[in-house]
Amino acid sequence: MVVETLKDDVKAVIERWKDKEGNLIMILHDIQDRYGYVPREAALEVSRQADMPLARIYEVLTFYNYFKLTPPGKFTISVCLGTACYLKGAPALIEEIRRLLQVDEGHTTKDGLFHLQIVRCLGCCGLAPVITVGHKVYSAVKRTDVMGIIAEHKTVEA
Amino acid sequence: MKRILLQDTNGSLKKELRDFHVAFSSYLRDNNLVDKAQVVLVSDIGVYNKGIVAKVLPEGFIYVNLNSANIAEIVDKTVVKGEKIDALSFEKKNKQMRLVLRNCGIVDPESIEEYIAADGYQGLANALAMGPEKVIEEMKKSGLRGRGGAGFPTWMKWNITRGVKGDEKYIICNGDEGDPGAYMDRSVLEGDPHSVIEGLMIGGFAVGAKHGIFYIRAEYPLAVERIQKAIDVCRSKGIIGQNIFGSGFDFDVEIRLGAGAFVCGEETALIASVEGLRGYPRPRPPFPSVKGVWGKPTVINNVETLANIPYILFKGGAEFGKVGTEGSKGTKVFALTGKVKNSGLVEVPMGTTLREIVFDIGGGVLNNHAIKAIQTGGPSGGMIPSQFFDTAVEYESLQKLGSIMGSGGMIVMDEFDCMIDISKFYLGFCVDESCGKCAPCRIGGTQMLAILKKISEGKGEPEDMVKLNQIAQAMQKASLCGLGQTAANPVLSTMKYFEDEYKAHVIDKKCPSCKCPSLVVYSINKERCTGCSLCARNCPVNAISGDRQSKYTVDTAKCIGCANCYEACKFNAIVRQ
Repeated sequence: MVVETLKDDVKAVIERWKDKEGNLIMILHDIQDRYGYVPREAALEVSRQADMPLARIYEVLTFYNYFKLTPPGKFTISVCLGTACYLKGAPALIEEIRRLLQVDEGHTTKDGLFHLQIVRCLGCCGLAPVITVGHKVYSAVKRTDVMGIIAEHKTVEA
Repeated sequence: MKRILLQDTNGSLKKELRDFHVAFSSYLRDNNLVDKAQVVLVSDIGVYNKGIVAKVLPEGFIYVNLNSANIAEIVDKTVVKGEKIDALSFEKKNKQMRLVLRNCGIVDPESIEEYIAADGYQGLANALAMGPEKVIEEMKKSGLRGRGGAGFPTWMKWNITRGVKGDEKYIICNGDEGDPGAYMDRSVLEGDPHSVIEGLMIGGFAVGAKHGIFYIRAEYPLAVERIQKAIDVCRSKGIIGQNIFGSGFDFDVEIRLGAGAFVCGEETALIASVEGLRGYPRPRPPFPSVKGVWGKPTVINNVETLANIPYILFKGGAEFGKVGTEGSKGTKVFALTGKVKNSGLVEVPMGTTLREIVFDIGGGVLNNHAIKAIQTGGPSGGMIPSQFFDTAVEYESLQKLGSIMGSGGMIVMDEFDCMIDISKFYLGFCVDESCGKCAPCRIGGTQMLAILKKISEGKGEPEDMVKLNQIAQAMQKASLCGLGQTAANPVLSTMKYFEDEYKAHVIDKKCPSCKCPSLVVYSINKERCTGCSLCARNCPVNAISGDRQSKYTVDTAKCIGCANCYEACKFNAIVRQ
């Protein structure tokens, strides 16, 4: 993916952080906020403009779970696997989503619609088990609810 | 004007709630009372599994298990006359005490005016007038210890950093709350950002730091937004900046985001992450108080610790010290979750017993199942079995039981939770999050996990338990940072208290809680089976066959033990053992 404005986008981000020491993580956050992931072209551009070895950038990108290197689906389904959600049946939800969408954790469905990710804790353990689709939070989800939640987003799309 | 907050606390009454909301609004309209009450749908009232719940403000009455038949009474008595309806009321036994959460839900987190009206920034003003030595003296009197887990006395931490020579020092707020099952820090950052900023500034003043850094998980966007807004408004009002309150104290704050690495909660790894590097911990000494961010003396305090500080400086250390026990002062916020009726955040004075927290405040175990254990301290903590539920919660008492206070996760486990499965879950977390720098943690964790997996699949041998113990000891002694040193705790504590369960898996090849799929055998009780075929339709591997006359049977060779049929059957006809 190459966006026309990539060079300028990166320039603006670097401009914003150039006076701060140890700014690499913040720069990468800004880029991911803009594109939804960190494209290789953007990493190369950061390397060029900030005069930083590419290895130094990827060293950070690959260490932290939060950074994505591939484009996410249109909707990201995040299944919380914190302790409370785990106890209250999150593994069954993951199983069900895998079965319905034929997609593995960390991957996107063939139609590019859904990206399945497992997250450690969404920080709302009182509502366990929790899944989020995009910014929408579903609480106390049961296995039988999953199909409806997916269908809800498919219809939005259609 | 009353405000009536409505919520479906079961999570399954969406339609009923909508109908209730409509009916309530219509009733108000029909009786010309629209300007008397505003009805709002909210996402969390703090009561759970009590059907449709209404909270009436400003009185704070909570009415539970409502249906449309209650509307007239609520409007006539409460909205019009301001009376409380006892029959509908939900009373929480008040064993809680709000110090850290004193402003959450009461003060608008985006309004500095409201915070100041609630005595905000008074503590800072007092501190600036006292001078750093006296501030530390006051902290010593308060007896406050770090709420991040280890419980190091805060005054001592500050005093050490203060004593280190250096013209530039840093103070960091550790908001990298990565512990699965804990969300106290998120609530404080989102609900009362100014108190954390005030705490950070008091700390900065005491140790001689001009720079404050908030290190917050990127997964908490609202917390980041609220803190940023709070910093901006403080800057515009001159609370952050040069010569604060005419005292000559300069202070500036910035936010740095985490990026999803649990190990970054560890001080030295956090510092590396702030510097924009991989979050690797490094050996200590030198401690961060001597060599921290950019090699400068740095003090790191947890969010909850900082939120206590404005109160201490406002009311005095001695006043704070009245709460709690001899060795552990103040309150502790716990995220009470798992198989408990009322889950949510609770704040209790130190010294409250586990039983009081889970049964009196939490309302007991979900579905009235038998309780098996309480887990505290997250992946670094341990399981506490029922014979110790009368233990008062303190740093030392929990440590004696093989667990830790930790950052405040408290998870209730019932008779259907398998201890091997849970240990596998926690250890799996640590293996995933291990940074891989040191061998004991990287290799030890992986090997222990492999053994646990073997045990849960029914392939365990008696020597495996000895091996687990040996590796655990090695990890505790030889790992570089807290993550590796404590990763084995859940395994050690379960082996200590639930040895029988391990033996059942290893020797009898049975999972007493029917959780480990390979060790559970499913069958169908023909007497109870009605032949409805629900089980067969829910089976992902087509292991169930039959018809209405001959009833259904499970082909154990095909069965993968997923428990779908068990959950689906409405007649309790599925037997597992």
